[in-house]
Amino acid sequence: MNTPLLQVQDLRVTFTTGRGAVHAVDGVTFDVGAGEVLGLVGESGSGKSVTLRAIPRLLHDNAAVSGRVLWHGQDLLTIPDERLRAIRGGQVAMVFQEPMSALNPVLPIGMQIDEVLVAHTDMDRAARRRRAIELLGLVGIASAATRLDQYPHEFSGGMRQRAMIAISLAAQPALLLADEPTTALDVTIQDQILTLLLQLVSELGMAMVLVTHDLGVVAETCDRVAVMYAGRLCETGPVELVFNRPRHAYTDALLRSMPGDGAAGAMLTPIPGQPPRIDSPVPGCAFAPRCSYAEPRCTTERPVLTAYAPGHDSACYAATRLPARVEEGAA
Amino acid sequence: MTLLAVEGVSKRFPARRGLVDVLSGRPRQAVHAVEQVSLEVRRGETLGIVGESGCGKSTFARCLVRLYEPDEGAIRFEGADVLALQGDARRNFNRHVQMVFQDPYGSLNPRMTVGDTLAEALSVHAVVARAQVPARVRELLDLVHLPADAAERYPHEFSGGQRQRIGIARALAVEPSLIIADEPVSALDVSVQASIVNLFLELQARLGLTLVFITHDLRLVKHMTHRVAVMYLGRIVEVGPTADLFAAPRHPYTQALIRAVPHVKPAAREARRNRQAAVTGELPSPLKPPPGCAFHPRCPIAQPACAQAVPALEDRGGAWPVACIRVSG
Ligand SMILES: Nc1ncnc2c1ncn2[C@@H]1O[C@H](COP(=O)(O)OP(=O)(O)OP(=O)(O)O)[C@@H](O)[C@H]1O
Ligand SMILES: Nc1ncnc2c1ncn2[C@@H]1O[C@H](COP(=O)(O)OP(=O)(O)OP(=O)(O)O)[C@@H](O)[C@H]1O
Ligand SMILES: [Mg+2]
Ligand SMILES: [Mg+2]
Repeated sequence: MNTPLLQVQDLRVTFTTGRGAVHAVDGVTFDVGAGEVLGLVGESGSGKSVTLRAIPRLLHDNAAVSGRVLWHGQDLLTIPDERLRAIRGGQVAMVFQEPMSALNPVLPIGMQIDEVLVAHTDMDRAARRRRAIELLGLVGIASAATRLDQYPHEFSGGMRQRAMIAISLAAQPALLLADEPTTALDVTIQDQILTLLLQLVSELGMAMVLVTHDLGVVAETCDRVAVMYAGRLCETGPVELVFNRPRHAYTDALLRSMPGDGAAGAMLTPIPGQPPRIDSPVPGCAFAPRCSYAEPRCTTERPVLTAYAPGHDSACYAATRLPARVEEGAA
Repeated sequence: MTLLAVEGVSKRFPARRGLVDVLSGRPRQAVHAVEQVSLEVRRGETLGIVGESGCGKSTFARCLVRLYEPDEGAIRFEGADVLALQGDARRNFNRHVQMVFQDPYGSLNPRMTVGDTLAEALSVHAVVARAQVPARVRELLDLVHLPADAAERYPHEFSGGQRQRIGIARALAVEPSLIIADEPVSALDVSVQASIVNLFLELQARLGLTLVFITHDLRLVKHMTHRVAVMYLGRIVEVGPTADLFAAPRHPYTQALIRAVPHVKPAAREARRNRQAAVTGELPSPLKPPPGCAFHPRCPIAQPACAQAVPALEDRGGAWPVACIRVSG
C-alpha cells in the first residue's frame, strides 16, 4: 500500500461576503499516495476547485480555512509563507480551471515557464530555454521555439490550458493538483496529455488529484474517485466499484444523467431541482431535497461516511437500497 | 433555408518578429488560423464544429460575429453582407447573433455584478421595459440554474461552471435568433450540462433558435447537433449529417477523432494502457502548415499525391463532402 503523501483532514472553507457567509467546503477528508491518481467529481459549484486551491493556500482573501493539510508531516495551512512558497510550484503544482485567471497576460509564455525553472531548479539560462521548448513539445504545441515568445491571448483556449500544464510540470512536482486540465482539449490531444500525466505517475511516482466532469476520463485514469456535493464528500472508493455499485444517491443520479445511447435530440435526464443554499450549514444530507430515495431522517440527521466495501465509503442512508448499474455501453 | 452563409473566409495572425529575424531577413511568418472556410448554417438547426485544439474554431466563431475582420471571404446573414453592416443594421445584427465565449473568466467584467451585466444586455437592446428588468434577470438566472442571489454577486465569487452559465444567460438575454456557443458547457457536470442542453433544445423547438455549437465533447455533438463540421488546421475536412457521419466517418482525421473518445466502462484503464495513441506523428503547426493536405504527415493512408495539393471539400461519390483524395464512395 502507498503511504499517503498528502492528507487532507476535515477541511472547511467559508467565504465572507457583503451578503454573509458562503460555506463552500464543509468537512472534507481524503488522502493521496505517491503514484496514485484520485479523481474528484461532483456538481458544478460543489467546492472542488475551492478544495484544491485551499491545499497550497491559493484562495481569495475573503476565505477562512480550517482543518489540516499534511504534506510530509507538515501542515501546509500553518507553515510560514516562506516555506510554502518553496513548495508551491515546485513539489506541489497546480493546473487551474481557467487558464486566463492563472496566466499573466502581459508576460510571454516562455517567461512564465522560465520563472518556475528559476525558482525551483538550478539550471542555467540555456538549459532553461531547452527545457521550456521541450515542455511545450510534450504538451503538443508545435513550433515551440516561436510559441515561447507569444502572449497568452495569442494562444487558443486549449493551448493556454496546455501551456499551464507545461508550467505546472516544469519543476517535476511530486503532487499535481489538476483542476479540469483537459476540458479545452479535443479527445486526441486529451489522450496525449493524459498519457503524459499517467507516465509521470507510474514512472516518477507523481501523485495527482484530478478534478473533472468527464466520467470517461475518470474511468480511464483514476485509481480512486471522490464525489462531492454541496461542499461535502458523499462517496469515495475505487473507480469501478463507485461506477458499478454507487452507494450514494447523488452518485447514482449523476451517472444516470450522462448522455448515453438515447435517441439523438431527445431530452436528457438531469437531476431535478437545485443544489441547496450554502449561506448557512445544511442540516441532514445536502442532497435530500432532490433525492428520490430520501426518508424523513435524511433532512435532519447528517449521514456519516460508512464503509460498504474495503476502501469504498459513502454517506447515504439509502446506500443499500440503490440499484447496481448495468454495464454502460460505449459512447 | 440558409440563415448564415460563409464563403472562403480566411484569418491569419502575423507572428511577431524579433530583432534577429529582421536582421537575418527571415520572411514574416503568420499563423494560418482559418483558411478558406465555406459553410452554411441553416435556420433552426444545430451545427456542431469539432476539431483539434488550436485548429481555428474560436477564431472562426469570432469572425462570424465580426469580432475579427476576416482577411478574405464573405459572410452573409439573412442575405445581408455582414462585413458591410453599419449603424442600426449592425446593432440589429449584434442583437440577433450572440456569442457564448470559450473563456467565461475573460469575457465577464470583474467590476460588475452579474445582475448588472445582464441588465446592461437587456437595456442596450431595449429587450424589455425598464421596470421589468429585475424580474427578467431573475428569470434568466433561473433558466441556467443559478440561485436568485447570484444577481448581487461578482464574477470571482462563482465557480468555473457557474461563470460559464452566466455567459449563457447573457447570450440568451437579448433573445437572439442565432447563438454561436464556443464550448458552452465544458465546465459543467453531466447533470447541469443536461439541463443546459435541454434548455437549448427547448428554445430551438419553441422559438426556432439556430445554434452553432463548438465543442470537444463528441458525445454531446452526437446527441444534440443535426450536422457537424470537422476542422483540421484551419480548414473544414468533412461536413455532414451528424448521425450518418458518426456511423461512417469518411475523413481519416474524423475516424481517428471518433476512435479516441474515452469510454465510461469498467476496466477502461486497462483498455487505455493497451490502446495505441489515436493519432500519432508530428503535430502540425499553423505557422508552417504542411504542403498539400495538412493531415498527411499523420495520416495512416497517405500517399505521395497527398502532399501535392490541398484537397477540395467535395462529395467524392458519397452523401456529404470530404476533403481527402483517398476517399471514394
Ligand atoms: N471568492 C468567493 N467568494 C464567495 N463565494 C465563492 C468564492 N469562490 C467560490 N465561491 C463559491 O463556492 C462554491 C464552490 O465553488 P468551487 O469553485 O469550488 O466549485 P466547483 O466544484 O469547482 O464547481 P465547477 O465544477 O463549476 O468549477 C460555489 O458555490 C461558489 O459560488
Ligand atoms: N489574437 C491572436 N493572435 C495571434 N494568434 C492567434 C490569435 N488568436 C488565435 N491565434 C492562433 O490561431 C490558431 C487558432 O486558434 P483558435 O483559438 O481559433 O483555436 P481553437 O480551434 O479554438 O482551439 P481550442 O480548441 O484550443 O480552443 C492558434 O494557432 C492560435 O495560436
Ligand atoms: Mg471548479
Ligand atoms: Mg477555442
